[in-house]
Amino acid sequence: MTITRRTTLRALASGVAMTMLLGANLAHSADETVKIGYAVAKTGPNATGAGITTIPNYELWVKDINAAGGLTMPDGSKRMIEVIEYDDRSSNEDLVRAIERLATKDKVDLILPPWGTGSNLAIAPLMDRFGYPQAAVTAVTDKAPEFAARWKRSYWMLGGGHDYANGLADVLKAAVAAGTINNKIAMVSVADGFGIDLVNGARPSFKEAGLEVVYDKTYPLGTSDFAALMAEAQASGADSFVAFSYPPDSFGMTKTAQSMGYNPKVFYVGVGGAFPIYGQIADGKQEGVMSIGGVNAASPAIKDYFARHTDSAGAPPDSWASAITYASLEMLAQAVERVGLDHGKLAGELSTGTFSTIIGDVKLEDNQLRDLWWVGQWQGGTFVAVNPSDKDGAVAPVIPKPNW
Amino acid sequence: MIRLAIALLGLVALAVVPLFASEYELGLLIGMATYVALASAWALFSGQTNYISLATVAFYGTGAYTVAVLNESLPYPAVLLCAALIGAGMALLVGLSTLRLSGIYFVIFTFGLAELVRQLITWYEVSITGTLGRYIFLDLTARDIYWQMLALAAVAIGLTAWINRTRLGLALRAIGDDEVVAAHSGIHLARTKLIAFTLSATLITLVGAVASPRWVYVEPLIVFNPTVSFLTVIMALLGGANRLWGPLVGAIPLFLLFEWLSVNFPDTYPIFLGLLFIAVVFVLPNGVLAGLDDLRARFGRRGK
Repeated sequence: MTITRRTTLRALASGVAMTMLLGANLAHSADETVKIGYAVAKTGPNATGAGITTIPNYELWVKDINAAGGLTMPDGSKRMIEVIEYDDRSSNEDLVRAIERLATKDKVDLILPPWGTGSNLAIAPLMDRFGYPQAAVTAVTDKAPEFAARWKRSYWMLGGGHDYANGLADVLKAAVAAGTINNKIAMVSVADGFGIDLVNGARPSFKEAGLEVVYDKTYPLGTSDFAALMAEAQASGADSFVAFSYPPDSFGMTKTAQSMGYNPKVFYVGVGGAFPIYGQIADGKQEGVMSIGGVNAASPAIKDYFARHTDSAGAPPDSWASAITYASLEMLAQAVERVGLDHGKLAGELSTGTFSTIIGDVKLEDNQLRDLWWVGQWQGGTFVAVNPSDKDGAVAPVIPKPNW
Repeated sequence: MIRLAIALLGLVALAVVPLFASEYELGLLIGMATYVALASAWALFSGQTNYISLATVAFYGTGAYTVAVLNESLPYPAVLLCAALIGAGMALLVGLSTLRLSGIYFVIFTFGLAELVRQLITWYEVSITGTLGRYIFLDLTARDIYWQMLALAAVAIGLTAWINRTRLGLALRAIGDDEVVAAHSGIHLARTKLIAFTLSATLITLVGAVASPRWVYVEPLIVFNPTVSFLTVIMALLGGANRLWGPLVGAIPLFLLFEWLSVNFPDTYPIFLGLLFIAVVFVLPNGVLAGLDDLRARFGRRGK
């Protein structure tokens, strides 16, 4: 058969007809549901992060709530959740439009936030204008206090770059004081939002902690060969290697360090270090590697959450923002149970209420979650939290890290 | 004259639409106006000369970034003026050094340009200012943005119409037909191409500048998204890049189709997108308008 214009057109026409049929099937709806909408990146550069931290938790939560008969209203009745989801294609323009659609066309009862700092900032003015509460759970920003004051119904739940840098400085300072490592640090950072935020926080806080940064290099986003960088870090004489990196870089550096036999006493990588897949990347030798975040691995609620997440999504959650994302949804459900779906009342309850979640009892301070884990470490196959060391569930760090 | 009157009436009608539209519909209108402006501005240079430029997002992103850098220190009109000047300056620089390239070399260079600009800005922000994300807090409503975008789209189409009637337009078409012949007929190749490229790039830079207040937060990865370049090209090609109304005819249905796909098929829409791209190039290589003319000609013959 030759491909002619007519056959191509016919194929296209039948394709369009089929997609329309599919669309019609999906459009059925039940009565008395709570409509919850979200727009997250299913394609584009943000899709990886959204696919690991955000979407599986939204799906798990909706499944959990609906399995229990739906969201409980203040009068004790239950209403099932109906989800409306859009792909923002990792573009803020599309994201803004999707939020406008959710608010004015779909008229959803609640909107769940997108993944990432930039995305949450892009929709904050809109959410504020439409009056929806916004629990920005995957936004890391030092300006959180400013934003919470600007948009009264926004909640900032993952801290800022300085917090994580200070936490790491604490851990290293204690190890230097104990004499297990020297005070020299080799530090690399990705030349992108996250890396810059962290490194800007780290430089002053390391200095204040009496730590000397002997090697300080940034590398461009998308770098895949870290051999030269790691060799220089190794030659710097520092006992601690600190990388404020993105997942592909964190994985690449781990493999490079292993293949060149670079065994610093502290090996810290950025985003990705707390991903469940990190163990496979490190070939099962992740013991002692430090990274951002952490969970209270001994808590039964966290253990149960990990099991349910694995069951639902086919993989365990990451040990940084996943549990907090799920906790933010639990907060939302409890706030709805107490005050209903009125946005003003809901926002007030989220600001002032105390909620019982998988990460413990949560109460926001000035619309921010401050009770967070800053540093975690792989110990015995789980990524445990080591800093703040006085927080309930903290584990003592293992320094020096065993050789690869 | 009648055509001009119809176009002006249409513009007035479009300008009063937001008074009756919901927020979401207004968002759609902004999106459509943005892509009509981008595709028309792109076709101003590329449509006539057949130099396929993938640098759209390099200028678009530069415009957005200019607003992000200057929005707190200058009044808004001055910010737009700066964006236009920066866009024009950049286009002159780039044009002078690259318009000698042709065919695939030009395509590859322009694609690389967006990446180059992004890396330069990143490098500057990282090593000089030490921040990366910037904030745009401007008190502009969606309506304000829509009206500005509509004006830009009108300027892009109007400018194209005007250029088509001038010697410059004739020269551009000659270059598009055959560059060697054009040179031998006494057309100053470099100057002609440079003027058109600069006009087109300045408009694109302004589109980025006008669109950016809707995002609040700007960083290089967000504003230099290569999809913008590809969508612009495919929209202009669908309608017919060498026709005055071609980019508009291509941009509006494609934009609405993408929106419909992403609303109804958030998981599978990239597949449809890919199929569509292939279909456009395969079925309508010269654009919808040329296709319609073909059809008309064929039916005309049959009628005789």
